[in-house]
Amino acid sequence: MFELPSGAEIQSVIAGIKASVGYFIPEIYLSVLFMVLIVVDLIVKGRKNTLLPVITMIGLAGSVFFIYQQHAMTAGEMFFGMYVLDEFALFFKYFFVLSGILAALISMDDEYLNRESAGMGEYYSLVVAMVIGMIMMASATDLLMIFLSMELVGLTAYVLTGYLKRDPRSSEAALKYLIYGAVSTGLMIYGFSLIYGITGETNIFRISEELKLHSSDALVMMIATLFILAGFGYKIGAVPFHFWSPDVYEGAPTPITAYLSVASKAAGFAVLMRFFLTALPHGGPEYDNIISNNWVLLLIILSIASMIYGNVVDLWQQNVKRMLAYSSIAHAGYLLLGIIMMDELGTQATLFYLLGYLLMNIGAFYVVILISNKTGSENLDDYRGLGKKMPLAGAALTVFLISLVGLPPTVGFIGKLMIFTAMLAKGSIYIWLALIGVLTSVISLYYYMLIPLNMYLRESQEQPKKSLDIGLLSQIIMAIFMILTLYFGLFFTPLSDFAKYSSALFGNSVY
Amino acid sequence: MLSLIVFLPILAGLVILAVPSSQKQIIRIVSLLAAIVQMVLAVLIWRGYDPSLPGITATAAGIPQGSFQFIERLPWITLDLGGFGPLNIEYFLGVDGISITMVILTALISAIGVLSSWTIQKQVKGYFILYNLLATAMMGCFVALDFFLFYVFWELMLLPMYFLIGIWGGPNREYAAIKFFLYTLFGSVFMLLVMIGLYFSVLDPVTHNHTFSLVAMASQSNYIKDAILGPDNVMWRYIAFIVLFIGFAIKVPMFPFHTWLPDAHVEAPTPISVILAGVLLKLGTYGMMRINFPLFPEVFQASMYVIGVFGAINIIYGAFCALAQQDLKKMVAYSSISHMGYVLLGLAAANSEGMVGALYQMFNHGTITAMLFLLVGVIYDRAHTRQIDKFGGLASYMPVYAALVTVAWFASLGLPGLSGFISEALVFVGAFSSVTTRPIAIVSVLGIVFGAAYLLWSLQRMFLGKRKPDAAYELEAGTDGHEHIHFHDWKGKLDLDARELTMLVPLTVIIIFLGIYPMPVLGMLTTSINKLVEVLSPVVMTALN
Repeated sequence: MFELPSGAEIQSVIAGIKASVGYFIPEIYLSVLFMVLIVVDLIVKGRKNTLLPVITMIGLAGSVFFIYQQHAMTAGEMFFGMYVLDEFALFFKYFFVLSGILAALISMDDEYLNRESAGMGEYYSLVVAMVIGMIMMASATDLLMIFLSMELVGLTAYVLTGYLKRDPRSSEAALKYLIYGAVSTGLMIYGFSLIYGITGETNIFRISEELKLHSSDALVMMIATLFILAGFGYKIGAVPFHFWSPDVYEGAPTPITAYLSVASKAAGFAVLMRFFLTALPHGGPEYDNIISNNWVLLLIILSIASMIYGNVVDLWQQNVKRMLAYSSIAHAGYLLLGIIMMDELGTQATLFYLLGYLLMNIGAFYVVILISNKTGSENLDDYRGLGKKMPLAGAALTVFLISLVGLPPTVGFIGKLMIFTAMLAKGSIYIWLALIGVLTSVISLYYYMLIPLNMYLRESQEQPKKSLDIGLLSQIIMAIFMILTLYFGLFFTPLSDFAKYSSALFGNSVY
Repeated sequence: MLSLIVFLPILAGLVILAVPSSQKQIIRIVSLLAAIVQMVLAVLIWRGYDPSLPGITATAAGIPQGSFQFIERLPWITLDLGGFGPLNIEYFLGVDGISITMVILTALISAIGVLSSWTIQKQVKGYFILYNLLATAMMGCFVALDFFLFYVFWELMLLPMYFLIGIWGGPNREYAAIKFFLYTLFGSVFMLLVMIGLYFSVLDPVTHNHTFSLVAMASQSNYIKDAILGPDNVMWRYIAFIVLFIGFAIKVPMFPFHTWLPDAHVEAPTPISVILAGVLLKLGTYGMMRINFPLFPEVFQASMYVIGVFGAINIIYGAFCALAQQDLKKMVAYSSISHMGYVLLGLAAANSEGMVGALYQMFNHGTITAMLFLLVGVIYDRAHTRQIDKFGGLASYMPVYAALVTVAWFASLGLPGLSGFISEALVFVGAFSSVTTRPIAIVSVLGIVFGAAYLLWSLQRMFLGKRKPDAAYELEAGTDGHEHIHFHDWKGKLDLDARELTMLVPLTVIIIFLGIYPMPVLGMLTTSINKLVEVLSPVVMTALN
C-alpha cells in the first residue's frame, strides 16, 4: 500500500519540478509550436502548402535561440533523474531541429504530398512532434523516459509514413513499420524489465552504480542487453532489425524517408550511445566475464552484418529510394564502428559522421524528390540521360553519392576518415574491422555509381512529356547542399570541433 | 608557383563553366591556353630548379621540409583529437628530382591531350571541365608532400576519369569505366588505412606532433618505436607495405592487377588513352618511389626479389599478350604493361643505375606511349577500325605518318639513338649489377626480343606490302597517274594535318633528342635518386638500429 505523501514531500516535488522547468524551455517552446501549427491549420482557409512549412521552419529556427542559451547551464540531471542536460544532448537538439527544418523544406517541394487532398496541417505539426520526441530520446536518462520518448517518435513516424492515403504502398509501409515497431518495442521493454529486476532501478546512472557494486547473472544480462538492442537496433535500422526499412523507405513520402533515414536513425544512435556508454559499465577487471565485452561484441556483430548485408543486397536494387534504404542500413554499420571504440574519439567520429550523413543523405533525397516530381518515377531506368537534361541536379546527386561512398573531397570521406582514425588509434586490435569497413565501401561504389551511370552514360529513348525545369529556388537549395558537402570535405575543422565538444556525456562510465 | 601550376586547369574549368555550351571553340581555346601556361610554368620551374639538392627526406640539420624546392607549406586543417593531440593536415607542396621530372611530363602530356581533344564533338563543355579537373588532380599528386593531400588528389582523379571513359568512350565503355573505378578504389582504400596508421606512428621532428608529412615519414628516426607502424611492429609494417604496394601496383598496372588497363584503353577516346598511358600509370611507380619504398625501407629490402620477378612477368607477359593482339590499340596497351615492367625491374635493382633508369623510363614511356596512342588515334579517325590486318601498304600512301610511326615504334622497342634505349639500358645495367636481380634481368632480356617481334610485325603488316583485299580503304587512281587511297567518309587531309603534326612533332623531337643527349632529364634526377638509394640501402638502416 502506498502512503499518502506528506505536505513537505509534495512541496519538495513541486520545488524540484519548478527548478527543472528552467532547463526544459526548448522542449516547451516546440510543444507550443506544435499546437500553433494545428491552430493555424484550423483558422486559415484554403490550401496552405507554403504557409505551414514556412511557419514550421521559422518556428524551428526560433528554438535554436533557446537551445543556444542552454550552453551556459551546467550539465546535470533534472526531473528526478528522468532527463539530463549535457553537451551530447545539446548536439542532438541542434541536429534534430536542423533535420526538422530540412524535412519541412524538402516537403514543400514534393508534388505528391502537395496533391494530397486531406491537406497538410497534421503533417507539419507531426514533423514538429517528432522533433520533440527525438530531442527527448537524446536527453532521456531513465528507462521509462526512454520508452516514452521512443513511442512518441514511433507513433508520429507511423502516421507520417502512411500520409499518402491514396497510395497503397504508403499504407503498407505504415502498417509494416507499426508491426515491426510494436514487436521490437515489446522486446525492449522486456529487456528493461530484466534490468529493473536485477538492479531495482530505472535511472541509468543508478543502474550503472548497482551493476558496479553487485555481480549479476551473466546470462540474464546478456538476454537483457540483446532485447534492449532489438529496440535500439530497430530505430537505427541495423541488421538483423532492419526488415522494415526497405519497404518503409520505398513506400513513405520521400521527404519522410529522408527524415526517417537521418533523424530517426540519429535519435536511435543517441539513445543507444547514452545507454551503452553510461548504463552498462565497461572496462574494470571485475567485469571482464560478466557484461563488459558482451555488449561490445553484440555491437560488433551488428555492425559487420549491417555493412555487409546493406552493401551487398544493394547491388540488385532498381528503385533509387530502395537503394538509399539499403545504403542507410550499411551506414548504420559504419556509425556503429565509432561506438564500438568506446572512447571519446569514437564518439566524436560518430557524431561527425552523423552530421555529414545529414547533409549528404538529405541532399540526395532532395534531388530524388525533384527528379521524381518531373519524371514521376524513382526507377533507375528512368534516370537515363537525365544528366544532360538536368545538369545541376545530376551534378549535385553525383556529389552526394560520391560522398556516401566516402571519396574525397567530400564530407563523407572525412566521416569515414574520422571513424577509421578512431579505430586505428586503438592500435592493431580493430584493424580487421576497419578492413571490412573499407572493403564494403568499395562494394558500395558499384551501386552508387549506377545512378550517375544511368544519368550520364546512357541515353533515354523517349522524349520527356513535360518540361524538366526545376524552379530557381530549388536549384539554389540544391546547390547549397552540394557546396556544403564539398566545403566540409575540405575544411571540416568547425564540424569536427563541435563534435568533439559534444562528445562529453554526463556521467558516462566508459571514458 | 606550384599552387598555380596545380590549380590553373581547375580555374580554366571554372571559366569554361561560365561559357555557354554552344561556344565550343572558346571552350577549347581556354583549355589550350591553360595548358600552354601550365607548360610555361613547368619550364620556369625546371629552369629554377637546383639539381644539386636531393630532396626525398628531411635534412640532417633538422629542416622539416628537407631540401625540397618551390616549397609551399601552410597549415590546412587542425583538429583536436583529445588524447592524441592535434591532427595536423598541411597544404604542403614541393618538388625534388623525382617529382619535377613527372611535373614536366604531366604538363607536356596534358597540353598534347588538349590538342588531341580538339576532335571531340559530343558535350564539349562537360568534357573539358572534367579534363581540367583530371589535369589538376594529376599535377597535385606529383607535388603533394602531405600524405593526406596526396590522397585527396589521388582519389580526385577517379571520378573525372570514370566519366571521361564512360561518356566519351567506345561501345563497351560502361564496363571499362566501372572496372577502372573499382580496381583503383580497391587499391586506394588500403592506402587510406595505412595513411592513418602512419599518422599515429610518426612524429614531426620539430613540433613533436603527429604528422602526415611524407618528408617526416621518410626518415625512420621519426617513427615511434612501439606504434602500430613503428619499427617494433614488424608484422604490421610488412602488411602495410604489401597493401600499399598492391594499391600502387594496380595503377602501374602490375600483373595480376593489370586487366583493367586493356579494357580502359580500348574504350577510352584517344586523348584519354594518352593521359592514361602518359601520366596516370606513372603515378603507380611514383607512389612506390615517394611513399611505398622510403617509408618501409627494410621491407623493401626483403621484397626486392619479388618485385623484380613481377617486373619480369610484366615485361614478358605483356609482350606475349601484345604479340597476340589484332586490335592495334590493345597491342599498344599491352606493350605499355610490358614497358612498365622495366620500371619495376629497375626499382627492384635498388642501385643508382637501376633507379635512374626506372625514373627515366617513366619519363620516356610517357612520351613514347603518348605518341603511340596518338598515332593509333590518327588511323582510327580515318579508318574507324584498328584491326591490324585491315591495313597494308600504308607507307606508300601516308609517308609522313609512316615515318612518325616508325620513329615511335623503334623508340618503343629500344633502338639505340632513341630515348627508350637509354632508359632500358640503364635498367638492365642496374639489374645486372645487383646480385638479387641478376637472374631476373637475364630472363627479362627476352622481353626486348618479343617487344621487337610484335612491333616490327605490326609495322610490316600495316605499312609494308600491298593493300589487303578487305582493307578499310579503297584505292583509286589519281589525276597525276599515282594511286591514292581513300577512306570511306574521311574528309580531311589523307596524311597528317597541321594539328596532328603539332602534337606529334614535339614528341618526336623529344624522343630523338633525349636519345642522343639525355642529360637535361638525367642531370635533374640523379641527385635525388642517389639519395633515395641511400635511404633504401641496408647500411643506413643498420646504422639506425
